[in-house]
Amino acid sequence: MSRLKILALLPLAVALSGCNYVVLAPAGDIAAQQRDLVIISTVLMLLIVVPVMALTVLFAWRYRQSNTSARYEPEWDHSTKLELVIWSAPLLIIICLGALTWMGTHLLDPYRNIGRIHADRALDQSRAPLDVDVVALDWKWLFIYPDYGIATVNELAAPVDRPINFHITASSVMNSFYIPALAGQIYAMPGMETSLHAVINHAGTYKGFSANYSGAGFSGMHFNFLGLDDKGFDAWIASAKSVGGSLGRAEYLQLEKPSQNEPVRRWGTVDSELYRLILNMCVETGKMCQSEMMAIDAKGGAGHQGLNNTLPLAYDKYARRGTALGPEPTFVAGTCTPDAPQGRTTASITAPADTAPLLGAGLKRPTFTPLKSSSFFLGQRPKSDS
Amino acid sequence: MSPDLLKLIFGRLGLESLPLHEPIVVGTFVVVALGGATLLAGLTYFRLWGYLWREWFTTVDHKRIGIMYMILGIVMLLRGFADALMMRGQQMLAFNGSEGYLNAHHYDQVFTAHGVIMIFFVAMPLVTGLMNYVVPLQIGARDVSFPFLNNFSFWMTVGGAVLVMASLFIGEFARTGWLAYPPLSNIGYSPDVGVDYYIWALQVAGVGTTLSGINLICTIVKLRCPGMTMMKMPVFTWTSLCTNILIVASFPVLTVVLALLSLDRYVGTNFFTNDFGGSPMMYVNLIWIWGHPEVYILVLPAFGIFSEVTSTFSGKRLFGYTSMVYATVVITILSYLVWLHHFFTMGSGASVNSFFGITTMIISIPTGAKMFNWLFTMYRGRIRYELPMMWTIAFMLTFVLGGMTGVLLAVPPADFVLHNSLFLIAHFHNVIIGGVVFGAFAGINYWFPKAFGFKLDVFWGKLSFWFWVVGFYLAFMPLYVLGLMGVTRRLRVFDDPSLQIWFVIAAIGAGLVFLGILCMLMQFAVSFLKREQLKDVTGDPWDARTLEWATSSPPPDYNFAFTPVVHDNDAWWDMKKRGYQRPLTGFKPIHMPSSTGTGVILAGLATAMGFGLIWYIWWLAAVSFIAMLVVGIGHTFNYHRDFDIPADDVIRTEDARTKLLAGAK
Amino acid sequence: MTVAVNPSQTGEPVFYLADEHPHPEGYSTSLGFWIYLMSDCLIFAMLFAAFGVLGANYAAGPAPKDLFDLDLVAVNTSMLLLSSITYGFAMLTMQQNKIAQTQMWLAITGLFGLAFIGIELTEFAHMIHEGATPQRSAFLSAFFTLVGTHGLHVSCGLIWLVTLMVQVWKFGLIEANRRRLMCLSMFWHFLDVVWIGVFTFVYLLGVLR
Repeated sequence: MSRLKILALLPLAVALSGCNYVVLAPAGDIAAQQRDLVIISTVLMLLIVVPVMALTVLFAWRYRQSNTSARYEPEWDHSTKLELVIWSAPLLIIICLGALTWMGTHLLDPYRNIGRIHADRALDQSRAPLDVDVVALDWKWLFIYPDYGIATVNELAAPVDRPINFHITASSVMNSFYIPALAGQIYAMPGMETSLHAVINHAGTYKGFSANYSGAGFSGMHFNFLGLDDKGFDAWIASAKSVGGSLGRAEYLQLEKPSQNEPVRRWGTVDSELYRLILNMCVETGKMCQSEMMAIDAKGGAGHQGLNNTLPLAYDKYARRGTALGPEPTFVAGTCTPDAPQGRTTASITAPADTAPLLGAGLKRPTFTPLKSSSFFLGQRPKSDS
Repeated sequence: MSPDLLKLIFGRLGLESLPLHEPIVVGTFVVVALGGATLLAGLTYFRLWGYLWREWFTTVDHKRIGIMYMILGIVMLLRGFADALMMRGQQMLAFNGSEGYLNAHHYDQVFTAHGVIMIFFVAMPLVTGLMNYVVPLQIGARDVSFPFLNNFSFWMTVGGAVLVMASLFIGEFARTGWLAYPPLSNIGYSPDVGVDYYIWALQVAGVGTTLSGINLICTIVKLRCPGMTMMKMPVFTWTSLCTNILIVASFPVLTVVLALLSLDRYVGTNFFTNDFGGSPMMYVNLIWIWGHPEVYILVLPAFGIFSEVTSTFSGKRLFGYTSMVYATVVITILSYLVWLHHFFTMGSGASVNSFFGITTMIISIPTGAKMFNWLFTMYRGRIRYELPMMWTIAFMLTFVLGGMTGVLLAVPPADFVLHNSLFLIAHFHNVIIGGVVFGAFAGINYWFPKAFGFKLDVFWGKLSFWFWVVGFYLAFMPLYVLGLMGVTRRLRVFDDPSLQIWFVIAAIGAGLVFLGILCMLMQFAVSFLKREQLKDVTGDPWDARTLEWATSSPPPDYNFAFTPVVHDNDAWWDMKKRGYQRPLTGFKPIHMPSSTGTGVILAGLATAMGFGLIWYIWWLAAVSFIAMLVVGIGHTFNYHRDFDIPADDVIRTEDARTKLLAGAK
Repeated sequence: MTVAVNPSQTGEPVFYLADEHPHPEGYSTSLGFWIYLMSDCLIFAMLFAAFGVLGANYAAGPAPKDLFDLDLVAVNTSMLLLSSITYGFAMLTMQQNKIAQTQMWLAITGLFGLAFIGIELTEFAHMIHEGATPQRSAFLSAFFTLVGTHGLHVSCGLIWLVTLMVQVWKFGLIEANRRRLMCLSMFWHFLDVVWIGVFTFVYLLGVLR
């Protein structure tokens, strides 16, 4: 028996030997609130799960065949009172949990600005949030700090207690941006932007990674997230600046190509348009930006002229995209002019929707709005620029 | 030969498609080839081909088809479990700079194949097999509504399995995860044959599943014996009805979403591409609109099995039959309203997420009610701990845990920190193994004597049970822990050495489960050898309650010499109680469907067409497609699909049973 | 099941049917076929959903109003609607056991169906020739797939129709053939209903968009 006890304690001993239950002991306020919800929900459910398990064991033991002293009622199969209890007990728990879920989901919505810095610290309005643009590449993370004009690969830093607004997208396939110590995850998807609002409360080095399988190099797609005090953060920015180098469109297209287990890289300056172009999938010169395309589509497409506005696709992320039975792969050509840089032009919209009223009936033509930007099931579409 | 001609004949299939550079695959191939060759040689030597073809492959008897489904499920379980062992081994070893023994190309196929095989070719055949075998017997029918379709459905499932197995040795399987999300699964990022294997294996098998769903719904609705109103159907029949409704109402969605993906891959349309206005998120939505009901397709029949087993071995009527039925129906309906909980993190916004989170939690209410119903069926019963009951108790204790973590994951903010983590992996294995697999094993142990006329060996059964249960907990509890440490799924290498111990424990657990599987195979072998000792001539070895136990074990081809008439939920219990006397005279000829080889041929052609499409061997695809049309239309010209079992044969069979029964007394 | 489950004359409960009649051939067919049609309906529902999601994503290409020729579609729709009516006549004459007339109405139905497919293929060919291929935009992918799937169903229906005509010619209006004609009838009318949806949501609302 004592040997069994030791065996039973073994996992506990292992558990205490320096394992890091980051989900249960995070360093960021959002993750801490999510942890609280995990624990409260678990306790709520244990209220019913523990009795059920205990009753299972009890009944299984008490009504075993060899125990002839237990009552045996082979025809007893209904009891309205019991039925009421067995339906209403779970119902009550679910009502509590449902209320908790509704509130928690709205309060901890990653799109929502954070409401506090920490359980005991209110938001400091004078401290502007830190904006970080996050791009999931094959298979590394690119972080762009628009306010500081620097960019890094596979290293992210933020000052303690300053709200962070992440804008997240991807270059090719779906990933999920996740720093367990900071806040819950959100998908990073090509041509779309998701966001995450969070804050880190303790200085330290934390793990961040992709939490959605994205191909061969997925396992190596992790980075360090540094929670720094203000001085440390300024020093970190300065060191990145001092590295020099510039991340422009040409450098990005090189960086974007698939590579595995990338070391940390830094650039002292970064093209201020780069993130917008990545998000709109038009870093390659000559490609039409998604924002522009959506603006054209919202006005009813580009008509027959638009049919010929495609060019052969020379480069794709892994391999040529050609299909066995389809035509050569193409892309939609951009229509920018020197005055209006890529994705900013509206000049090409040659086929606006006919807004003239219908003749005769005296009624206005019904207007059909194409899918709105935050369509019900499909998450966020990129913001339209025009 | 010129390259063009070669390409015309073989498509993109070439010598380099054979994974000769992967020693593990080559080794597996040698073993499989030797095993296969031995099997084929044995069948030829003992001249079993004709017997197999006549009595099994072409049969339309729902009992034999059910047994063949079970064999398929168990064979594929070995393959799927080999993948599981490889994953556990890799994750246990790949620490401290070690790359483990699997490269990304191989490992990514392994976890994809594991998921696909376990769901489509293990869990589905086991569940479908049990339903096929038991439902017609439970409702007092002679066969299913469309016996030929039943045979065809089975062979289509086999066709899908054959394609998945072929991918092991010819080319590769998908490297996308078991649901193959685009853009990763689209042609730009997966240009190889892997995803095509995935698509066509699932399409071929999916046709079979949909048709068998239609078949079983019709059977249950139309062929119940007199007196069996809907509210007198056994609970297993009820859960089967709901499962098949779910199949028919969800598998077409899978068909469409895979068809759209294949259009993207074959002709370059833009459903799920990044460019040209495609939407990968639509794929995720559509596939989960199928995927969530699929979970209940698997678990509802298991619930039915547990209901039958609990009531039989507690020697007591099922507590709360009506609420059990309503709970099943409510689960069926709700299972369509929860799909989005698989991707709360895709950014749908708080209101949408809360809606789907709360609908998910609501499902736990009827499920909880079911749990209590089983509990109160045991209450004031006389519980006999035979193997099926042991699996049921293990299920009850395990499933509540899995259910609890499931509801936890339905809370969106909690899901944000646990989504895609090993906590999630632990959760769904907890409900699928604890629910579906334990249920299938309970069902196998329970109905085996019905199918073969002898019970399964208890010693090896108990050994298997304990290995499975202990192994399961050892294998998956560490994954819960790892999930709380923020470890995500599908990782191939790790850099934090403190995690390793948990993966070692999990691997030991997987090893124990493997022993459990071996013990189960031993159990079958030993039981077969000891079949005289374990023989049951009564047809009712468990003192059971429903109609399938009213006939002999194994049942005659026609199931019941006379169609039974039912007065109670527990029809057979009621008959025994009220002194039912087995009829000994007055037998008449019985009208039965006749066997046909069309199903095998059609499914074989469908598989060949799939293979042709996978490898771009267009002539093969075209020829098989046309051949399918011709064979299919040709089949409709056969108007004589049934025959009468002569009264003499019925008398002979029934007299033999009378003698046996007399001998037993 | 209309079998009485009353106690027998002696008052003993009845546990089996001593004198049973097997289910008539094709006893479950119409239910089974209905369930099949519903699953097929789900296939179309998903394609409509895909069109609903992607239908406005023109990728800076043409929109429905640039492509659709409503006059042609109206003609096409009338072909299919007429074929449904003539199928109805075929079923009526079948009830009266008039083989020749049944065959004639079936043939006319087939011709209307063929005309429908022909016009649809012309429309497709015209669009593709213009450059509005299924690959050009998600809207066009969804359009070609939805309309093409319907067309494929009609083509299958035509093959089935010819098969049934041969079977009626060879074996007459026997019970099995009547049942099959009934199933095809349901299938044919079902395709009509789906087309009404296609016509309304894809063509009419598309042009208005």
